[in-house]
Amino acid sequence: MSLVRSSLAEPSLTVSEPITMVPEDDHHARLVDVTRVFTPRGRPSVHALGPVDLDLRRGEFFSVVGPSGCGKSTLLDVLAGLSAPTEGRAEFEGQPIKGVPPGVGVVFQEDASFPWLTVRDNVAFGLKRTEVDAAEVKRRVDYAIGFMGLKSFADAYPAQLSGGMRQRVCIARTLVMQPRLILLDEPFGALDQQTRLLMGDELLRLWRETGATVLLITHALDEAAMLSDRVGVMSARPGLFIDILDTGWPDERDSRIVSHPRFGELTARLWDRLREESLKHLNND
Amino acid sequence: MRSTIGPALVLLGLVVAWEILHLVVANSGLPSPFETLAQLGVLFQDADFWKETAQTAQAFAIAVVISTIAGITLGILLGMNRTAGAVSEPILVNLYALPKVTLYPVVLLLFGLGISARIAFGVMHGMIPLTLFTMNAILQLKPVYRRSAAVMGLSSFDTSIRVVLPAILPEVITGTRLGFSLCLLGVLIGEMFASRNGLGYLVTHAMERGDMPTVLAVAVLLAVFALLANAALLALDRSRRH
Ligand SMILES: Nc1ncnc2c1ncn2[C@@H]1O[C@H](COP(=O)(O)OP(=O)(O)OP(=O)(O)O)[C@@H](O)[C@H]1O
Ligand SMILES: [Mg+2]
Repeated sequence: MSLVRSSLAEPSLTVSEPITMVPEDDHHARLVDVTRVFTPRGRPSVHALGPVDLDLRRGEFFSVVGPSGCGKSTLLDVLAGLSAPTEGRAEFEGQPIKGVPPGVGVVFQEDASFPWLTVRDNVAFGLKRTEVDAAEVKRRVDYAIGFMGLKSFADAYPAQLSGGMRQRVCIARTLVMQPRLILLDEPFGALDQQTRLLMGDELLRLWRETGATVLLITHALDEAAMLSDRVGVMSARPGLFIDILDTGWPDERDSRIVSHPRFGELTARLWDRLREESLKHLNND
Repeated sequence: MRSTIGPALVLLGLVVAWEILHLVVANSGLPSPFETLAQLGVLFQDADFWKETAQTAQAFAIAVVISTIAGITLGILLGMNRTAGAVSEPILVNLYALPKVTLYPVVLLLFGLGISARIAFGVMHGMIPLTLFTMNAILQLKPVYRRSAAVMGLSSFDTSIRVVLPAILPEVITGTRLGFSLCLLGVLIGEMFASRNGLGYLVTHAMERGDMPTVLAVAVLLAVFALLANAALLALDRSRRH
């Protein structure tokens, strides 16, 4: 990560320049003029997203905030290759996204742990039937289970775990695949505030350790302000990026930065951008 | 411990109630539990009884296999195709609510008086609930399971085998358990109404002769069999739930 960002003291609060400024080899994933229109049978079509441009830089922690229903999950689906854009281009590592690209991991908003498998088998699930040999599978699974603090639950079933624990199982399950891009859709949405802060720390630890690019969708402005290198603010549906904030945090950070004066500034700035959009959403419904 | 004491108490209660009933309505010819058991001993010595049991067992075994395989297959096909599922669900539910005895003449017309009519009747009883259970399990499958499988790089075949199948298994086992008992019911009704074979026939015949101990002995035997089979499938069901 760049040296400029490694100083907490620097109070710069700059909106990033247009995305074309990013050097070509730094594009890890990008969306160009992407729109998504849903045309459900027998109902009017829904313009859910765009046109949006987005450049994810290799190794950055990018968060997306926006009023509910603005197309955040739709954006994630396009990046994950689960949903094709109606118009525009989606690329991962220079290749157009067709189907789910290898190297992309997703943690969904809902609990996606498989209730018929133990924690260990859940975590190992994606590695079975791959070329990875058994010893390596075991090594990676043990590591991910340890990393996510699930050691004493390795042989338990998801039904025996709390919601937060199950979400950790899903993160561990993604981790063992060693994704270069990790997409998380409000993974801590259902958790209480304290647990969310701690899970945020774990996410930062994971991000530093793996060197992966992270895209986090969240409805919590403080979470976005505390965790990210950059925060994209989306407008009400159809979602567009109305602002992209550079937080300027150093790589070595954790939830304790909430006491830093800039944390308050960032959160206030995000709310300032979002207030109007959220009002629009309220009035539309 | 608790799981064995409960049923044992229920059983004891039933026997006591039966004994009381026997004493109160003595002249109606309801045999006592002891007489029934004695008659069961007599039946066990009787070669004819075993011949009828074998007939019923054969029809039942074939009916269960057909209704299980056909029920699950049809359930999967209807569950995978939302439109087909939506169209057929009310049809199946209504068909199932129909007293099937009224359809038995039609079955006889189609299959004749032999064992195949009784098998068909057993299948008619057992298959529909299993189809409904399987179909609903697939329709209610959380979409996030399939999406997770997709992002972990599973092919659609692997997804069916490793995600869809285990996810619907508890429902399928419950459906099989229901189908099993209902299949037996179907076969026995078939035997009672139009047949010269099987335990169902044995019961009707004994009834005509006023041989109540035999009627009750066979009823008890079948009840015990159905309960044991149900308990075994229930145990299988439980062992899979966590
Ligand atoms: N399959 C679909 N068919 C029709 N409309 C859809 C479909 N999926 C999403 N939408 C609509 O598109 C819009 C954006 O949905 P999306 O789930 O992306 O929003 P979101 O920002 O993730 O919302 P939330 O904050 O509630 O998670 C919504 O109005 C939603 O109703
Ligand atoms: Mg969403």
